[in-house]
Amino acid sequence: MFGLYIFLAVFLILGILLMIFRISRLINVVKGSDEKRASTSNNVNAMLMIAFMVIGFGLAAWYSVTYFDLYDPPVASEHGELTDKLFWRTMWVTLLVVVVTHVLMFVFAYKYRYKEGQKALFYPHNNKLEYIWTLVPAVVLTWLVISGWMAWEDIMAPADKDAEQIEVLGYQFAWSIRYGGMDNNVGDYDYRLIDDVAGNPNGIDFTDKANFDDFLFQNLVIPKGKEILLKIRARDVLHSVFLPHFRVKMDAVPGMPTQFKFIVTKTTQEMRDELGDQEFNYELACTEICGESHFSMKKNVIVMELEDYYEWKAEQETFLSVNPEFMDKVPEELKELAVVTAGIDKQD
Amino acid sequence: MATAEAHTDSHAHDHDHEHKDSFITKYIFCQDHKVIAKQFLITGMFWAIIGGAFSAIFRMQLGFPDADLGWLQPLLGKWISADGKLDTEFYLALVTMHGTIMVFFVLTAGLSGTFSNFLIPLQIGARDMASGFMNMLSYWFFFLSSVIMFISLFLETGPASGGWVVYPPLSALPQAMSGSGLGMTLWLVAMVFFIVSSLLGGINYITTVINLRTRGMSMWKLPLTIWAFFLTAVIGVLSFPVLFAAALLLVFDRSFGTSFYLSEIYIGGEALPNLGGSPILYQHLFWFLGHPEVYIVLLPALGITSEIIATNSRKPIFGYKAMVISLLGITVLSFVVWAHHMFVTGMNPFLGSIFMFLTLIIAIPSAVKVFNYLTTLWRGNIIFTPAMLFSIGLVSVFISGGITGVFLGNSAIDIQLHDTYFVVAHFHLVMGSASFFGMVAGVYHWFPKMFGRMMDRKLGYIHFWFTFVGVYLVFFPMHYIGIAGFPRRYYSFTNFDAFSGFTDLNAFISVAALITFIAQFIFLFNFVYSIFRGKKAPANPWKSNTLEWTTPINPGHGNWPGEIPPVYRWPYDYSKPGAEDDFIPQNVPFSETMESNLPHENDEIALEKDIDELVVDETGEHHDQH
Repeated sequence: MFGLYIFLAVFLILGILLMIFRISRLINVVKGSDEKRASTSNNVNAMLMIAFMVIGFGLAAWYSVTYFDLYDPPVASEHGELTDKLFWRTMWVTLLVVVVTHVLMFVFAYKYRYKEGQKALFYPHNNKLEYIWTLVPAVVLTWLVISGWMAWEDIMAPADKDAEQIEVLGYQFAWSIRYGGMDNNVGDYDYRLIDDVAGNPNGIDFTDKANFDDFLFQNLVIPKGKEILLKIRARDVLHSVFLPHFRVKMDAVPGMPTQFKFIVTKTTQEMRDELGDQEFNYELACTEICGESHFSMKKNVIVMELEDYYEWKAEQETFLSVNPEFMDKVPEELKELAVVTAGIDKQD
Repeated sequence: MATAEAHTDSHAHDHDHEHKDSFITKYIFCQDHKVIAKQFLITGMFWAIIGGAFSAIFRMQLGFPDADLGWLQPLLGKWISADGKLDTEFYLALVTMHGTIMVFFVLTAGLSGTFSNFLIPLQIGARDMASGFMNMLSYWFFFLSSVIMFISLFLETGPASGGWVVYPPLSALPQAMSGSGLGMTLWLVAMVFFIVSSLLGGINYITTVINLRTRGMSMWKLPLTIWAFFLTAVIGVLSFPVLFAAALLLVFDRSFGTSFYLSEIYIGGEALPNLGGSPILYQHLFWFLGHPEVYIVLLPALGITSEIIATNSRKPIFGYKAMVISLLGITVLSFVVWAHHMFVTGMNPFLGSIFMFLTLIIAIPSAVKVFNYLTTLWRGNIIFTPAMLFSIGLVSVFISGGITGVFLGNSAIDIQLHDTYFVVAHFHLVMGSASFFGMVAGVYHWFPKMFGRMMDRKLGYIHFWFTFVGVYLVFFPMHYIGIAGFPRRYYSFTNFDAFSGFTDLNAFISVAALITFIAQFIFLFNFVYSIFRGKKAPANPWKSNTLEWTTPINPGHGNWPGEIPPVYRWPYDYSKPGAEDDFIPQNVPFSETMESNLPHENDEIALEKDIDELVVDETGEHHDQH
């Protein structure tokens, strides 16, 4: 019944609109406004241009100022502070351009609207003007590009040798986080060794002794103030590691490991205090379409003070000690080393 | 200087026999460029409705995630769950098909296909395209492609759903998502036919512009529309084959077990044998077309607006040569900026630096174009036809959408903004809205030439203001959402604390999007109504200079009943001092306008004799009678 009402209402409204349209066309014919070169609508349109400009800029300015904290995400990494600075610098430059060009456009449109007997200025070219507005954007852009390029070079430079190595592996639809353990060396892997049933989601290769002290953890735990090197992998389709608060984004590509280094400047607790929100958590999200649950590939990120981090790291049990059945995969000659490094003997 | 006129006088006689054309040869398998243009236009409009409706559906999901969409069940069937929720994978399918349809089927075929076809012969003074038959094929390959893409919407496993860029491995592995099954196969087949259609059209446009210009129509006398269509076709011919290659390799990976894009994959509980491929290779190949594609849809719109703004400001376009040079600059640069889509895909950061420099250079010709548009408006005598309004709207969205490219082209800033709503806002304004505005402006402006009738002005005004305000209300707020870091292609944001805000802004965007979409039906009504009931058009309704207005109001096949008028001057002699009227068409010789000639133009009077003496003989060859 409700559907019928909606149908009738729409039908009625369309009918009324059609009537109005027919009547207005008849009026046009009677008034002959279609014959005129520019009817009163011309002035109405010109005034609407000014109205649009004033209201549009007004709304944008109001929202931008009032809700600044809502859309300006807090930043908690060293390079993030730099890229944010570049972002806002570009914002001021481009804002100026947008405002000036739009004001000129709408004001010209209004001011030079058609008037009977007025003749437009025949002004086909002015090479000097053309040179000026080719060169000025060129210079401004060069300045923006060079500052961006210097930041980019730093961000993408090779990581420190002692950077904290953490492997982030994306798969449909979750992340697996692996730590290098006490030797801070994330060991070899082979995608053919991946076995979800047996419990080796990362395809850890146990013939590499760097793997014996590695461990998996359900959250991404990182220290503040020390360089972190994310070693990023994907095992099925493309994913993308996105840490919004750290301004970190890098695709995870099957068959091609990628990486991203950064230094975090605020622990979780510090950020909670700063935002006045004790529920706050840093998050890891996926930003490359990867299938039906793309929107739910979340990991919580915990940032600790460096000493707390080392303490936490020392407490973690290695993958081998949690899953001793994988000792079978360790070559005979390395078994003893594996038992010691993985800390299995401690348990016995 | 001598331009060939390939069609003979006997062709003009064909015109007299035209009534003998059957319905099929006149309206279906037709070789007349004007009919083919209308075929492209109407097919493009059909796709625009579908593409727009898709965005309306996923905007409902994004704006009102808790709403019961059960009422869509009769239309979408099993893609709406029992409790009225949109299927998460079908959401991705909608996003994917919205992108594919809008970019290729509406803005490439609908815009280039319509206006290059319609205007090139009419504005350069040719009887038809260089090859009418290839032109017809171009439409029918497009039609075939459309049919295949349309069928893919109804598959049980759904249409392609890996995003319009269809990055492998997601698009290569049916295990990864159901849309990568038959839906993806049909997507690839449809795109292959689409590329064939584009190439047949593009080669024709290029050949026609080079060879079939009328007497006196030198390249520097071409309207900017033709320059834009010509360069668009050049871009298309050079870049579409690369997409063809990318698609072909993807077909091989999907169906024949090759490993061009696949390596070290474990999916569905098994390790695949593929080794050594690279998903990044696909991205390079895709964006080698994908970025020029932006200009394939944008340049025609810029060409159309150049013409419309000059005509309705009653002023010459400011800096004609600068406009042509910036079009050329954009054309060349469009080929060397593609990897700015890939700053954070794992591509070598050094390449990132190179592409950042190249990308930001392209802002310069774009800025020049904007300044020239503004100066053209300055001290004009502006008549706000609906076409003019949409052209001014184009300049506005081109500025506000283009300027955010300065952020995204800067790789350091792009780290945070890549694949967020900031990008969505950017390209929907600068590419989507700008091209759409150009297309609509073109329809309003050339409707009288297409159908011999006028569209209703007032409805046009209402349509414009709804659309102009609408696109800003939809896409401007997306910048805020993007700065806040919200990723694209998310079905919902409730899983993340970081992305849990903006529920009200998202609802606002969705309402604005629905209203803007519905407002397009005003245009559709106006279009259909005016074809049959519109006011009869005068010969030159906008008092324009270009050649198409010298044809009969309803030109037949062959365009001009007698000889094609020769051209003596550039197309922008508006409001020339001394001239009685505020426009002097291109086919008026300088010898007839002594009162308004500039000094150097008086010198050209002597040369006009040469143009007049060029005579076309029975075989279509030019002969100099000296």
